[in-house]
Amino acid sequence: MSAPSTPPTGSSLGLTACHHCGTVWKDASNGSRCSHCGTALHQRKAHSLQRTWALLLAALVMYIPANMLPVMVSSSLIKTQTDTILSGVIYFWVTGAWGLAVVVFVASFIVPLFKLAALLLLVITAQRRSSWRRSERTKLYRIVELIGRWSMLDVFVVTLMAGVVRIEGFAEITAGIGIAAFAAVVVLTMLAALSFDPRLIWDGADAPAPAVHISEPIPADNPPHGQHSQS
Amino acid sequence: MHEVPHVVLCEGCDAAYPQPRLQPQQIAQCPRCGTELDRHTGSQSQRLLPLAIAGLLMFAVANLFPIVEMVLAGQHSETTLLGAVMVLTGEDMTSVALLVLATTMVFPLLQLLILIYVLVPLAGQRKPLGFAWLVRVLQSLQPWGMVEVFMLGVLVAIVKLSSSAEVIVGPALGAFVALTVLLTALLSFQPRNLWHMAFAAAAEPDA
Repeated sequence: MSAPSTPPTGSSLGLTACHHCGTVWKDASNGSRCSHCGTALHQRKAHSLQRTWALLLAALVMYIPANMLPVMVSSSLIKTQTDTILSGVIYFWVTGAWGLAVVVFVASFIVPLFKLAALLLLVITAQRRSSWRRSERTKLYRIVELIGRWSMLDVFVVTLMAGVVRIEGFAEITAGIGIAAFAAVVVLTMLAALSFDPRLIWDGADAPAPAVHISEPIPADNPPHGQHSQS
Repeated sequence: MHEVPHVVLCEGCDAAYPQPRLQPQQIAQCPRCGTELDRHTGSQSQRLLPLAIAGLLMFAVANLFPIVEMVLAGQHSETTLLGAVMVLTGEDMTSVALLVLATTMVFPLLQLLILIYVLVPLAGQRKPLGFAWLVRVLQSLQPWGMVEVFMLGVLVAIVKLSSSAEVIVGPALGAFVALTVLLTALLSFQPRNLWHMAFAAAAEPDA
């Protein structure tokens, strides 16, 4: 194995890719502008770990009222009923709408909890420059990015219910303060995920594998590029 | 500072690779961390403009008509998306109302309008005024347009309502379904490729 002593990464080669248009620049100083699109160039997202920590801690704090306080208040002639995120799920479950109970439980409870735990894991391991399961951690980051938006489900449901159920004195639904806390958790965790720079997972890692993996068969007249071959 | 052509840096792990030459349908992935490096856009760029215009029409229908109507003990109640947002505003939930307004109406509308504004001149090999700024806005909006999540929310709300009242589905619902499909198709096109289209346009000699 004649692996290069310095891994061919952008930072080791002095290369910076523009965050917006992808153009690669050599010897760009931090904060200088991409000549193609005018975006400020940064080797890594600025203050990534501090920002992610701050947003993540704020999200953790809001997570408590988001689950304790009512998200929806329904009043009819006879009674007034308040619902939290989880009691809404339980209602679906006992009325036999199991599929829906699972969808709402996953989107409103599992996903936010998973996101908080995953971001904590990512930010702690990145801070310790851990070499533990780098490619799995990158996958985890992509999953967090992908599923984050779906937690907004309950916010939309409450908005619609409050909008349509307003037959005065007979059946009225209003939004509870818990939904504001819940929306804050969703937005804060999305911002935290956007602030986190997955390249921090790999800083200090060994050389990457040689050739770009291209899906589907590669035509004979277009051989794969593999200048960094290690064989 | 100078440009280094034919090199890509992985967004997931910063590994440097020679620019892969892709055939239609191919996707290049970083072998180290699995992040997508590039994908062949094929003829997708030519389909964007009609899709965006159709999306704008569906957006109008989806927001002008009621989504759901409920009937309970002879009384009717219905809402449009904007109507529901206004109800929240009236209940001192302004922050939530603004969030819903932004993610379901303002951002998707901006995405459609920016795409149309940018694509029309690009079809004639011209770069429109404010191109760089608008494409950056488009890229920044990408995570925040949530029409498809809202769609699922409508379905959950309908099931919730139907247990206690008669529910009539409004004409906006179908438009929302169509808008979701159109936006999904439109936004699977990486805005980054708009830069490549513009660079290609700039490389053409001016007539």
